[in-house]
Amino acid sequence: MGELPGDLKYSKSHEWVRINDDATLTIGITDHAQDQLGDMVYVEVPEAGRELKAQEAFAVVESVKAASDVYTPVAGTVLEGNEALADTPEAVNQDAFGAGWLMKIKPVSLDALNELMDAAAYQEYIDSE
Amino acid sequence: MLIFEHSRPGRRATAQAPFTAETADDLPAELLRDAPAALPEVSEMQAVRHYTRLSQKNFSIDTQFYPLGSCTMKYNPRACNTLAMLPGFLARHPLAPACEGQGVLACLYDLQEILKDVTGMQAVSLTPAAGAQGEFAGVAMIRAYHDARGDTARDEILVPDAAHGTNPATATMCGYKVHEIPTGPDGDVDVEALRAAVGPHTAGIMLTNPSTLGVFERRIKEIAGIVHEAGGLLYYDGANLNAILGKVRPGDMGFDVIHMNLHKTFSTPHGGGGPGAGPVGVSARLEPFLPLPVVGYDGDEYSWLTEKDRPQSIGRLSAFMGNVGVLLRAYIYARLLGREGMQRVAEFATLNANYLMKRLEAAGFDLAFPERRATHEFIVTLKRQQKEQGVSAMDFAKRLLDFNFHAPTTYFPMLVPECLLIEPTETESREELDGFVEAMAQILAEAGENPEQLHEAPHTQPVRRLDEVRAARELDLRWRES
Repeated sequence: MGELPGDLKYSKSHEWVRINDDATLTIGITDHAQDQLGDMVYVEVPEAGRELKAQEAFAVVESVKAASDVYTPVAGTVLEGNEALADTPEAVNQDAFGAGWLMKIKPVSLDALNELMDAAAYQEYIDSE
Repeated sequence: MLIFEHSRPGRRATAQAPFTAETADDLPAELLRDAPAALPEVSEMQAVRHYTRLSQKNFSIDTQFYPLGSCTMKYNPRACNTLAMLPGFLARHPLAPACEGQGVLACLYDLQEILKDVTGMQAVSLTPAAGAQGEFAGVAMIRAYHDARGDTARDEILVPDAAHGTNPATATMCGYKVHEIPTGPDGDVDVEALRAAVGPHTAGIMLTNPSTLGVFERRIKEIAGIVHEAGGLLYYDGANLNAILGKVRPGDMGFDVIHMNLHKTFSTPHGGGGPGAGPVGVSARLEPFLPLPVVGYDGDEYSWLTEKDRPQSIGRLSAFMGNVGVLLRAYIYARLLGREGMQRVAEFATLNANYLMKRLEAAGFDLAFPERRATHEFIVTLKRQQKEQGVSAMDFAKRLLDFNFHAPTTYFPMLVPECLLIEPTETESREELDGFVEAMAQILAEAGENPEQLHEAPHTQPVRRLDEVRAARELDLRWRES
């Protein structure tokens, strides 16, 4: 696995969060998470307009090993789910931090981001896991 | 090759053909097919060879050691099958009146009594047709109980993160929200997290004990107290009773409702999609809600209890009375074992698991919970081998096939990385277990010297490494003439 992008925030349940220029957030699962889950066969993303509470399950990723819920680290309104993953779930494996993003969200507040880890802290966290 | 590909127009298995062609002349013409059914046209010998060859390609408990954790691939005594196939059982119509079926009803009533006794529950219904339906019935009864009391604000079921995937699915199907409870580092439920999670919204908890981590939940009494105090009920996922049979009873642990997978513990046919049986047992307060029919006995005659007798029942789950043929096999198995035999099942299931666990540890494998005693199964983690040698649990599983052993369960439970969940069952000899350890040790050596040997396994099977992604995404289940 390659370097962790330095501009992202990371959660203990292996989601990443990117703060976009317009103060919206893009959220996905980390490269470590996809590596643990194995080859994806199905990804379910949320519909636009859905209101999410912090720590609520918003997506399902199903691999050859297991189906897992993905939790949002921040509350907000879903702007867009990555519908392309319905046909190309393997994008989560190949490009977890890029084309494999799961949703874009308009956060209620950015405060929750302070509780997330930066790349160095997350690297340490997965090394110790 | 599919049997349809052997087919040639007009070829017949003459030995099997009826002597006279019978016509169904009393059926309306519009209901008769105008073209023959699209059946393969092969000779009898071709059919015999085709299916024999297929059976030889299978791994099965009759041919190989099959330590598939959480699945209990143990020996099903042939006697159970033989006796359940007695003509009186086999030819009985499910709608024959109870007075004509006192024999089979007596067997089923006895099975209810045996399951009550062995689980410590107050009442049992045999009707759920499989484990998943048993789970559904169990949680539906929890819901019916709360509803009957007007206690309708309870909308949440607690499920430990080590649970079988069916547990959250069942709770969701019964209209509940699922709240996940974490597991502590020793494999037990995090009791403090549980304490924080319960409240007036708690309908119940679904627990497996021994848990899927292959350890016994040591604080079960305390857990039962916490959930009961909050007004919730305890559901026992009796997926596997092998480790506790005749030793510990879920009823004594404080559970209110339990389902039992007879195909695991009570040795009924297993795998291949059924038919199964998933009886439910309940404490006194849930008895009115049991699914129907239940077999009753008034000291003189056996009868099917119906909605008239049990107006609060959650209802019927299937046509007729559940899978009676499967229930009979379980009944005969239980009677063959007797009370002492059941205890021996638990003793040898745990002895075999602990023996295998200690020998694998000595052979250089890492245990997920080295300080814990195994129940009927245990977990090896290959995280270290993956880091150091780049070989995965899947590589080990596939390579084991070359040594003529079915692979253990891989990647379940998800809480343990690169895991193998190993369940030898009580019906294996020590020599068989030793052979498995030798194979595992040899594969471990290969992982260091020649990891490619593992990556490319299996080498000796009819098929090599399968494309699981494609198998999951592009289902191809129907034969078409090409």
